[in-house]
Amino acid sequence: MSADIHKQAFVTEAGELLEDLEQSLMELENTPDDSDLVAKVFRAMHTIKGSGSMFGFDNLAAFVHGIETAYDLVREGKLAVTQEMIENSLKSCDVIKEMVADESLDSSCGEPLELKSFFASLHGGTPQDAPASVSVDTEKTSAGKTLTTYRIQFKPYEDIFSRGVNVQLLLNELMELGECRIVAHPERIPYLEELESEKCYVNWDIILSTDKGENAIRDVFIFVEDDCDITITPVAFYDGSEVENHERIGDILVEKGDISRAELENILSEKKRLGEFLVEKGVVPSSAVAAALEEQLHIKNMKETKAKKAEAESMTSIRVQSDKLDFLVDLVGELVTVQARLSQTAARKNEPELLKIAEDVERLVWDLRDNTMSIRMLPIGSTFSKFNRLVRDLSHSLGKKIELVTEGAETELDKTVIEKLNDPLVHLIRNSIDHGLEMPEERKASGKKETGTITLSARHSGDSVLIQITDNGRGIDPEKVRKKAIEKGLIAEGVELTAKEACDLILAPGFSTAEAVSNISGRGVGMDVVKKNIESLKGTLDISSEKGKGTVISLKLPLTLAIIDGLLIRVADQFFIIPLAVVEECIELTPKDVANSHGRSIIQVRGDIVPYIKLRELFGIKGNVPEIQQIVVTEIDGRRVGFVTDAVIGDHQTVIKSLGKIFKEVHGVSGATILGDGSVALIIDAVKIYHGIE
Amino acid sequence: MGKVILSVDDSASIRQMVKFTLTKEGYEVIEASDGADALSKISGKKIDMVVTDLNMPNMDGITLIKELRKQAAFKFIPIIMLTTESQDSKKQEGKSAGATGWIVKPFKPEQLLGVVKKVLG
Repeated sequence: MSADIHKQAFVTEAGELLEDLEQSLMELENTPDDSDLVAKVFRAMHTIKGSGSMFGFDNLAAFVHGIETAYDLVREGKLAVTQEMIENSLKSCDVIKEMVADESLDSSCGEPLELKSFFASLHGGTPQDAPASVSVDTEKTSAGKTLTTYRIQFKPYEDIFSRGVNVQLLLNELMELGECRIVAHPERIPYLEELESEKCYVNWDIILSTDKGENAIRDVFIFVEDDCDITITPVAFYDGSEVENHERIGDILVEKGDISRAELENILSEKKRLGEFLVEKGVVPSSAVAAALEEQLHIKNMKETKAKKAEAESMTSIRVQSDKLDFLVDLVGELVTVQARLSQTAARKNEPELLKIAEDVERLVWDLRDNTMSIRMLPIGSTFSKFNRLVRDLSHSLGKKIELVTEGAETELDKTVIEKLNDPLVHLIRNSIDHGLEMPEERKASGKKETGTITLSARHSGDSVLIQITDNGRGIDPEKVRKKAIEKGLIAEGVELTAKEACDLILAPGFSTAEAVSNISGRGVGMDVVKKNIESLKGTLDISSEKGKGTVISLKLPLTLAIIDGLLIRVADQFFIIPLAVVEECIELTPKDVANSHGRSIIQVRGDIVPYIKLRELFGIKGNVPEIQQIVVTEIDGRRVGFVTDAVIGDHQTVIKSLGKIFKEVHGVSGATILGDGSVALIIDAVKIYHGIE
Repeated sequence: MGKVILSVDDSASIRQMVKFTLTKEGYEVIEASDGADALSKISGKKIDMVVTDLNMPNMDGITLIKELRKQAAFKFIPIIMLTTESQDSKKQEGKSAGATGWIVKPFKPEQLLGVVKKVLG
């Protein structure tokens, strides 16, 4: 459909161009030496050819090509305009008109062919068509599907930035091709006084394993191949054969030309770790060794992964009751706490022997922790696959055409999180099907494909997992939301809503925009419950939508519920943890800031006004207030809120302990943890505190 | 806010196609019909990328690229030129004027998007 719009635009444009063209040709007849007119004629032909071929008028483009070439020669002064040429050009205009009106006409016979031959004779060619074009840039020759590791040495020239090249994007593009390691060589960066900030001084070694072939790699560098030195060498195949044996770092350096074989032999005769030694002797810079080491490691890893895959088929598993696992996780949690105490004690006593033991224990405990957590991790794919059926059934009963696309099914999440995620996801997908996607006719009318798409994707982002439900439906209409909210008494009349605020309102309790209650969704008990569920998993829910284009619902969940990253803070002699996930930054609160705000609890942070909450007052803690206090700025529901504390101590691996039933009604605290010295720190529930105060 | 792309071409149908393709992907497109028009439309605006034709009246694409690269705000942004296959020398000329990359006409919307994603991210 969109192609038709463009075709129509071209037909209109060609009409205008032809009118101009005829006018110019007639003028040219009188003043055959006017170079401006010649340029005008050439450009008109050029545009008709170029745009014509873009929108499927291939016959037309082929016909105009010869004329364009002739006028190009005139433009360059190699050909003079003749009466006959003008005559034939005007005739060609008529032919072009017919061809624009009917794109199936071709120029292989009759008058068009005569005209073509005439113009071809002018530039000494045969009446051939424009060279068949031309998608060199995107052509992908798939060189088989075998996984190969390439070493790419990429050295951009210093002035590469002046052509608007973003090297970062090139490297990112490489990373998308496969398993990839990148080592930068910063040796050429000069001292500050000599450094020109607009120049590129760094070169890179990239080790890439891909099955897409060397051409795919060359394609990445297509725009910069003249602005850099680039060498691509295959270094290992994984069908059992290898190009050469690259197991040893010295071999890699020799082959890359960083060092000669003789030098290497010489040095090898003295015993030491080769890498360290080479650097020490100043033979190669440390980054060259780092690059070689990376390559060695990469190939080793690739081989191992390959071996593992083969192994996986024969791997056995045992079923374990999940409460045994839970118990194991609890024990590891305790162990982490005790280990923290050990490290602290060792640091205080400052006995070398004890410190050494403490460090070993720390390393082991971290490994143990990661391993234990990974046992509980399950790929989210099994949950995803359940939804295929749901989507199929619902779309049939509603008469909608819907396709479900899932991405990142292999993303792993804690078993407990996955279990608790099922209901919210069902609800959200139902919402997308029922409210988000339109009926086929409606979609057609607004120029979309009849089949709507819901994309369910999961991926890691930092220490959390991001799950997104994206539909390409009608999106959220802020105006509709506003009316409904006024009707339900959620907002006052006359309040204007931004698109973001409208999205947030949908999450408010007792809100539903479906005009009729259907048996699928729309009872208005939905979104706020979903939001609560997600929050109970220490996650966040965010909706963004564009009217007419669709809606994206993003769930951000912690990888695990048992241990989180926290920020340890202190108020008087009490310790608290704020989950690092919500923390944005820490700033100082000076008496001057307090005076400036005239008694209101707000502070200016780089021009933004941020309200703050004093933990000391909130929890009724006594004691002297230090002169300079600290504010931990957090982001809650898209707003920035500060928490005032006496001191920020640092990040803390927080093993979450629940407070027990007695404290269920205590607001603002979601749990507790035990610090290295055995004391207890409460975990602050920033979201609840904020909502409570609001 | 989407990224802003300046589309310079004397062919209205190509401009329309470029605009249609890029707007659908969330970019904002400013149109100009030739080099001189482009220069008059960019003052005071933040442009993230330029897609320009080479053969245009008033000011051609090569001159436009050179003019843009003189301005601080355009020194490092990606500039893509649209060429026809017969203009290999033009490609070199454009590159030395400071063009980041090129698209060979005729091209499909997907090719345009591919190149935009490649150089703009």
